[in-house]
Parts: sequence; C-alpha cells; structure tokens
Amino acid sequence: MSGWPAIADIATKVQSGELKAVDLVEQALKTIGEKKEYNAIIATTEARARERAKAIDTAKSGGRLAGVPFIAKDNFLIFGAETTAASNILKGFNAPYQATAIERLEAEGAICVAKANLDAFAHGASTENSDFMITKNPHDKTRVPGGSSGGSAAAVVLDMAPFALGTDTGGSIRQPASFTGCVGYKPTYGLVSRSGVVAMASSLDVIGPLTRTVEDAALVLDVMAGRDNLDSTTIERDAKGYINLGSSLKGKKVGIIREHMGEGLDPKIIEVVNEAVKKLEAAGAEITEISLPSLPLSLATYYIICPAEISSNLSRYDGQRFGYSYENAKDLNESYMQSRGRGFGKEAKRRIMIGTYVLSSGYYDAYYKKAQTVRTKLINEFNEVFKEVDFLVGPVAPTTAFKIGENINDPLKMYLSDVMTVAVNLVGIPAVSLRCGDIDGLPVGLQIMAPQRADYALLEAAKAIEGIL
Amino acid sequence: MAKLSREDVLKLARLAKLELSDEEIKQFTTEISEILQYVEQLQAVDVSGLEPTSQATGLTNVIREDTVKSYGYEHEDLLKNVPAVEDGQIKVRRVL
Repeated sequence: MSGWPAIADIATKVQSGELKAVDLVEQALKTIGEKKEYNAIIATTEARARERAKAIDTAKSGGRLAGVPFIAKDNFLIFGAETTAASNILKGFNAPYQATAIERLEAEGAICVAKANLDAFAHGASTENSDFMITKNPHDKTRVPGGSSGGSAAAVVLDMAPFALGTDTGGSIRQPASFTGCVGYKPTYGLVSRSGVVAMASSLDVIGPLTRTVEDAALVLDVMAGRDNLDSTTIERDAKGYINLGSSLKGKKVGIIREHMGEGLDPKIIEVVNEAVKKLEAAGAEITEISLPSLPLSLATYYIICPAEISSNLSRYDGQRFGYSYENAKDLNESYMQSRGRGFGKEAKRRIMIGTYVLSSGYYDAYYKKAQTVRTKLINEFNEVFKEVDFLVGPVAPTTAFKIGENINDPLKMYLSDVMTVAVNLVGIPAVSLRCGDIDGLPVGLQIMAPQRADYALLEAAKAIEGIL
Repeated sequence: MAKLSREDVLKLARLAKLELSDEEIKQFTTEISEILQYVEQLQAVDVSGLEPTSQATGLTNVIREDTVKSYGYEHEDLLKNVPAVEDGQIKVRRVL
C-alpha cells in the first residue's frame, strides 16, 4: 500500500543522487491532488517546496532528511502558506518566522509540501470542529479520522508524504493514529520545542510525528528533539539520541492498566488489545496487571486544566495585532467582543467560556487548583507503577473511528473520546499508538506508555511490538 | 452543583470578551452546566498533603541573558499581519 520507502532510505538515495528531491516533491503533490476529496489538506506550500527541492538537488548538501517531503498540521508557523489553525480568526495570517521544529527539519533537508486540516485550534477529536472542512477517514469516507491531528494522520495513511507533524494536548496525535492506522508518537513533555506552534494548553501541549513505521517516527523525533532557547519548557535530549533502536522485548516488564480495560470501552477493542498482549508475552515480555486508582479522574482533571489554559492562550486573538478584525466597531471593547465573537468557532468559544469560569474569582480554588492537585495525585500513582514496570499498555480510544456527525451535538460525549489518552499529557510522559488490529475494517490502536524521558526505551519497545503485531 | 443561568453565561461572555448569539447563549447555558457537573466529581477527591502541579517535568525558573538578538525579520514583517497600521504602529479603536 505504501508508496514511500523508509525515511532514512529516501534521504540516503537523495544524497547519492539516486532519487531527486524534485521528483519526491512532485510525487507528494500529485497524491495530494488525486486525494483531495478526503479534505486532509488545507493548503499546499508547493512553490516553496519546489524551490527547496531544486536547491537540495543542486547543492547535494544532504542532511539526514534530504529531500523527504512532509506535511505539517496547520498550527505550525511556516513560510510558504498561511497558518490558520483551521480557524476563521487566523485566516490570512502569514507567519513572520517559522516554528523551531520546522527549522530543525529543514536544516536536515526535509521539505514541507502542505498544511493539514485539524479541529480549529486543535480543539476536538474528529476534525469536525475545523472552521473549514471535515477530513474523511481513509478507510471509510463516512467516518472521522480522529483529531485533532486528523488531517495529518489521514495524509500519512493516504501516502501524501512519508511523514506528518501533529500536536498532542490530550491525545491529538495518538487518537487519530489509532482511527486511521498509522504510528502516532507523543514525546515526553518539553522534548520538542513548541516555539512557533499555535498554543492550546501550554502545560500539556507537545509536538510529535505521525508516520508509517516506528523507525520513521524515531528519526523525525531525533531531528526535532532537544533544548531551544525560544521555549523555556524544553528539556535536554537523551545523549544517545532516539535512533539505532534495538528490538527485543525479552524480560521487559509490561503493565496492563486495569482501569483502561473495562467500563466505557467497546468489548471488541478489549479483545483486540488482549490479543496483542498475548503476542507481547509470547515475545518474552513479562505481563502484569496494574492499577492506577485515580485514572478515572483524569478526564475531569483535563477538562478543567485544558480549557483554563486555552482561555488564557486564546486571549491573544483580540482583533488588534493579527487575525480577523471586525470592521464596524465603535470602540475598542466592541472591537474585541465582535472580532472574537465572529472569528472563533463554537468549540473555541465553549472552551474559552469553561476556562473563564474555572479561573474566575471564587471558583479558582474549587476547580483549577483542585484539578492541579489531582494532577499531582495522578503523577504520584504513575511514578509508583513505573517502579514495578517498564511500560504500560492499553487501548488508545474507547471506540474505532465514529461516523461523521455522530458525536458533534454532544460535547461531553466527544470529550470522552480522549478518556484513554489525557492522563499521559497530565503526567508529561511519552506514549505511542500502534495499529494492533482491525474491527470491521477499521484500525484499532495499541497505546504504549513509558516514564518521563524514557523516549528511547519506548521507541525501542514500540519497534519490537510493531514487528510482532 | 453548577447550574448556570442565562445571566451567568452573559457575565462569562463579557469577561471573556465574546459576543455570543442568542442561540449560543441558550446552547452554552445547558452544555457548560453539564460539563461543569461532570468535572465536579473532583471535588470529592481527597488531596490532603498534596501540592498542585503546573509543570510536569519539574523545571523551575529557566532564565537566559536578556540580550537583543536578530532573528532575521524586520519591524515591517511583523506589522504585515496587523489589521490597521499608522506610522509604523498598531492602530486601535478609541478606548472610551
């Protein structure tokens, strides 16, 4: 099915002249054009991509991603196309600088060819909250691709590029990877700089790759990871990097999360995940069941902290400095009210309202501070469990890809799509989604989690698991 | 139990600087009440002896030299996205 070789092989062949970057870019653009009906792409960056490809072919300057086309979620600031975050309020915004992640990928020769659709401002689990269009699931056009990085996930599965970038605040890389059947990698909090990425909830947001293999994800992460002066929350990269992965599961201790294998979950998903766990055991992993008693509280915790941070971060869209501005305002206050009221979509407004409520005087302690303290409780429980096991394994989402329109009128039900993924963001640990089976032709993802900063070990385990699934 | 009234929603919208349509006000009054009722399950959780976490990896006070550095873009580049500019400055509506 895949029209793309391994990313490392593409780069090697471009370096040797066996492949031409200009041809790779044309192949990506052609596929994007042919598969337009899926609404995975908001805009291409074709002019700039072609220029960069020509320069790479001429200079033979190489780089570890030489000539490799990629697609960025449209919340990354990038030259060559508008950055809209799939929102009307940012329509027409041309970035004056690029995201650090993009700069690092370009420095190694990667070429951005397009910007992918998302739920506006990354608020959602289906791309149905995009102010522009709904992305269709490559396996069934009547279903969603997941979200918010649904355009990125669909683009990878549709072979539009060898890899795509996503952002993950509560599952926005892993859940669409699960719904579409690609690899979605969410790094440790702070491992990849968020400078130049449209902020959603700053204590939770991370950047990561969506790819067809674990090795591809590892290489892309290796290029992006590490400290950046433009994002003071970034952490040091691992001295040994994130590539050259071994692939043995022998003797690895794997915990099955009890709270994620029962209530509120499609029983068929439990079956598929249990089958995968049997394969891990057969490959030499030691399986134990573990419990994280506060895990069922993670969604409520998330839906206080996340909207609180959203309401702060989205205050910058005020119609004065950039973005949509209401033309007929009489005074500054009306300009704010109308620019924001007309520019933001319904979900952004809903989350700003919830965030404003939980942060408002009189409610701050009961909601926001309480949630931040429950977060500590959750972190402590994960720390305890990681003394016993190397990795945790469970499902990514409670269902397979749902129908377009199925959850859109019930925000709480839509939020429940994140129930298996948000804890990882609250705790700041890395996690990956791998396709572990199908139900009625729809992919099911296996979620693997590791302790903070254990990204190398997690990628190694994921590679081993990918080999036996 | 948080059960928001229409007035609560209007007050929040004013604080958040959001002009809402009548339909949105109606919809949010119900929906936000439901979401708040869901998250209120935290209020019964015992967190005695625990401190709140705002930074999951434990970094504190990451500081750098406050120096002027060129990132390759000019004053004009940054003003290109501004809705109204006058004499190289951002123009806003009257405040009062």
